[in-house]
Amino acid sequence: MRQETGTEGSDRIRVARTRALRIGLPLLALVSVLSLFIGVIDLGPRDLIQDPEALRLIALSRWPRTAAALITGASLAVAGTLMQMLVRNRFVEPMTAGTGQGAALGILAVTFLLPTAPLFAKMAVASATALVSSLVFLAIVRRLPPTQPLLIPLVGLVYGGVLGAVVTFIAYQVDLLQYVGVWMSGEFSGVLRGRYELLWIAALVAGLAYLAADQFAIVGMGRTVSVNLGLNYGQVVLIGLVAISVVTALTVVTIGMIPFVGLVVPNIVARLWGDNLRLTLPVTALMGAGLVLVSDMLGRILRAPYEIPVGTVFGIVGAALFLWLLYRAPRHG
Amino acid sequence: MIRVDGLSYRIGEQHILSDISLDLPRGGISALVGPNGAGKSTLLSLIARLIPIQTGRITVDDLVVGQCASDILARKLAILPQSDDIAPRLTVRELIGFGRFPHHKGRPGVDDRRKVDAAIEAFDLEPLQHRPLDTLSGGQRQRSLIAMAFAQDTDYLLLDEPLNNLDIAASRSLMARLRDLAEVNNRSIVVVLHDLNFACGYADFLVALTAGRIGAMGPPSTVVTSQMVAKVFGTKAPVIRVGDRPLVQV
Repeated sequence: MRQETGTEGSDRIRVARTRALRIGLPLLALVSVLSLFIGVIDLGPRDLIQDPEALRLIALSRWPRTAAALITGASLAVAGTLMQMLVRNRFVEPMTAGTGQGAALGILAVTFLLPTAPLFAKMAVASATALVSSLVFLAIVRRLPPTQPLLIPLVGLVYGGVLGAVVTFIAYQVDLLQYVGVWMSGEFSGVLRGRYELLWIAALVAGLAYLAADQFAIVGMGRTVSVNLGLNYGQVVLIGLVAISVVTALTVVTIGMIPFVGLVVPNIVARLWGDNLRLTLPVTALMGAGLVLVSDMLGRILRAPYEIPVGTVFGIVGAALFLWLLYRAPRHG
Repeated sequence: MIRVDGLSYRIGEQHILSDISLDLPRGGISALVGPNGAGKSTLLSLIARLIPIQTGRITVDDLVVGQCASDILARKLAILPQSDDIAPRLTVRELIGFGRFPHHKGRPGVDDRRKVDAAIEAFDLEPLQHRPLDTLSGGQRQRSLIAMAFAQDTDYLLLDEPLNNLDIAASRSLMARLRDLAEVNNRSIVVVLHDLNFACGYADFLVALTAGRIGAMGPPSTVVTSQMVAKVFGTKAPVIRVGDRPLVQV
């Protein structure tokens, strides 16, 4: 109690957040370096000096894969946080509530109708359909009774499931099922230089969202508070949905869907450090990047030379972490 | 001064407010009272641009509600949100900090920090300032929310039934704080109250609504009579006088 009453610089959450960043950032850098040396081809630090092929391998495959995992994890965690703020419910995330499936629908349509379209155009279409399906989800959610908060994630699951079924059905009809498999289950084994660079846009979008962290935090307090503070509520919601849709679409197209990242990470961060996004979003991004990268590394190691998809590993790692957080003894103070 | 002119509001065929015109004075506490469903909260929401105006016109000093930019009105008028409507995982200090948003737009400066400190001090929240909202009692949370509106530093402060779920001690101390805000800080306060006696005890100006129309308007000492209570609330209750304040016997 005593330490909480001090005024000068004793903001407990701020201090804890700074500590998390100070420990987390070097740890993430270390794990990233380790990730460069894990794979089918044996590669040790010493090879970098002795073997010219080693640098090529890192530039061509290992670094792109590591970067892709970092960006995907960070941007999906941020997108999940945004969605939870916009919907005002902790149990939704883009990959299970229709946004990811909407993106898959869009890319399927382009692949079938305009197979020669450039990748960037496919991306734009996937983002647009992801946005439309998120808007529909939001419209559905607004009609649900506010006294039943658990209805929202359930409706999201049903809605995402229906959209996913539509995608599978159409793909079956037009003989594109093998593509759908790639979009629907994310994995990093196909990441090579030249095949993942679009993800940097997702990183950029997540970074830009941070500029409006206060606005998103206010929207998370509801419409009354937002209007009272002079915010253009509809505009902020739309900007948030666009950011979520772009991040999701880029991930689905380049990596495939990775569920739970946008659900587990924001919930862990909110439990530990609260909802002041200006403070917590960097930690959210850091934790998302770290957990997804570690999951991918485990997937590479556990059954080498075969791989376990990152989504499967993350499901286990994330769920274990979350359960530990829920059931551990409460802190003192 | 808040001026309401020819204001009507309906939902479908149902008339919530019918041709209301009134002036709420600058300074002091104005209370909106009336039976359930009389349109008190609707009137407050219309003034605070939470719902769009259908017919009529509302001005707050020289600002026309609905026409002036929302962020400009946010520096003139604050409305207290319902307390169970708020994200619980903010600390008291963080919550109050968001009250400064209309002024700093995401980049708080030294002045904003000072105003937050002042709000925390004015509402005796120092010991609680780093506690998350969901660990507070109802009265403490209500106090934090009013401190947030105080930090917003507006001339007008609107509150929609702030005494809901508060016991008598918390209710009285909250009303006393509102009096302080009006007298010491020169804020104009408009408050929807359920309990007519709290309005009699603390308000300078009283507007009684009944079925979407104005039933009575003026200082409580002249307005509150047993005839008025019968007309507005539809119940025969004797009104006695304690000092210069009326008191409704229940």
